[in-house]
Amino acid sequence: MKYAFFPGCSLESTAWDFKKSTLSVCAALRLELHEIADWICCGSTPAHASNASLAVALPVFSLLRARDMGMPVMAACASCYSRLRTANYKITHDPAECSRAERITGMPYDGSVQVQHILDVLANDLGTEEIRRNVSHPLGGLKVACYYGCLLSRPPEIVAFDDPEYPTCMEEVLRVVGAEAIDWPYKTECCGASLSITDPDVVRRLGYRLLSMAHRAGAECIAVACPLCQSNLDLRQADIGKSFGEVPEIPILYITQLLGLALGLSVDELALEAPAVDAMPLLAKHGILNPAEGGKRS
Amino acid sequence: MNDTLEWRDIAFLREVERLSGTPVSACVQCHKCSAGCPIGREMDLLSSQIMRLIHLGGEEEVLKCRSIWLCASCEACTSRCPMGIDVATVMDTLRILAARRKLRVPGKRGETFYRSFLSSVRRHGRIFELGMLTAYKFRCFDFLTDLDKARKLLAKRKLSVLAPRSANVAQVTEIFQRADEEERNR
Ligand code: SF4
Ligand code: SF4
Repeated sequence: MKYAFFPGCSLESTAWDFKKSTLSVCAALRLELHEIADWICCGSTPAHASNASLAVALPVFSLLRARDMGMPVMAACASCYSRLRTANYKITHDPAECSRAERITGMPYDGSVQVQHILDVLANDLGTEEIRRNVSHPLGGLKVACYYGCLLSRPPEIVAFDDPEYPTCMEEVLRVVGAEAIDWPYKTECCGASLSITDPDVVRRLGYRLLSMAHRAGAECIAVACPLCQSNLDLRQADIGKSFGEVPEIPILYITQLLGLALGLSVDELALEAPAVDAMPLLAKHGILNPAEGGKRS
Repeated sequence: MNDTLEWRDIAFLREVERLSGTPVSACVQCHKCSAGCPIGREMDLLSSQIMRLIHLGGEEEVLKCRSIWLCASCEACTSRCPMGIDVATVMDTLRILAARRKLRVPGKRGETFYRSFLSSVRRHGRIFELGMLTAYKFRCFDFLTDLDKARKLLAKRKLSVLAPRSANVAQVTEIFQRADEEERNR
């Protein structure tokens, strides 16, 4: 299976570990990714909150480049995924948006380039059976809380690859690789997203709710598929403890990092040294990594 | 919030409906949007109250509230509204109107962040985080908040000190110019 890969800005900086682990996992599962040449920023919240025309035109520019590649687009960042899908939705549902985008980008576009998130590709295109066949190092019952955040399942008219209020595809993937996906009530709650720049206090409060609930529900780590979810829960964990009282450290790992471990990929290939909260002790405890061999797979 | 606000006129409702493309009139005040809003606790007006104020023509009350800048665009309200109102897009429209009318808004930091972010995209085609954050901090005169996070990010190679390889910068600049024109004609 071939995909036109849209990494997006976060995967080039704060989420470089998400990019690296995505590329490693896809290679191991024989999913061919071809990065869209000269893709540009999707505009994210600053575009849709300040210029509605720009919020459609920026994604369309990259989608036009993907169209020439003749493959569906795959994004890993939940925000990019949501913006690309939203642009397609507007173009196909509102002729005025369609002609406006054409005037801005200088090229006609009918909204037909398919856009998928990596979770959708893994759970639905590839399927859990195929993933199971590739597992060489099962995760030994590691207890994981799957955290989807806002944009992977909402709004349902625009994304729709899983249930909007109670998605389960991440759990399905993690279960077949030997983790124990615990149930918890906050899997689609918001982490505060880019409020972390303007109103970090709000983000700390939301983060505390998420971390303490995950902990009480029995999770040893949290799996995410969005760079903002990852950094708001990981980078701010120490601060959250200071403001609201200690919650035991919970590593925040990308789904691709956890999946990659089960496929036998190395710490380096999965950039497991990148998160601020060190995951190595937990992985060693479960015999997933062997600390005596410098963190090599046991 | 002014509890005794009486109906003023319909111009503001019509303007918000036209720009957002969503039927604010259909709101039945069930408050489902507010009940699920993760930021509700910090908001001065809840989203359902904002819908009602739009009905009543409370332009000033709505455009000067802090809530519109606190909305995290999580889409919970939009997904759950039984009347199919795209509440999150209404919040976007209100931010756009507040900025357009140059109101002295309580959410200055939000607007400043959007501007810093977009000028980075305009210049590089992609986000140059370090440059964008520095510009934002200069505009807000806030240099100390989260300095330790920046240090951690640098240590983890999560903040690049070099601007990203600019893609099609000339074309991106044109896109911004034309998008600004289109917005003026909306
Ligand atoms: S959920 Fe919809 S109908 Fe109910 S109060 Fe909110 S906007 Fe109005
Ligand atoms: S999109 Fe904004 S208003 Fe709606 S629920 Fe989320 S934070 Fe609240």
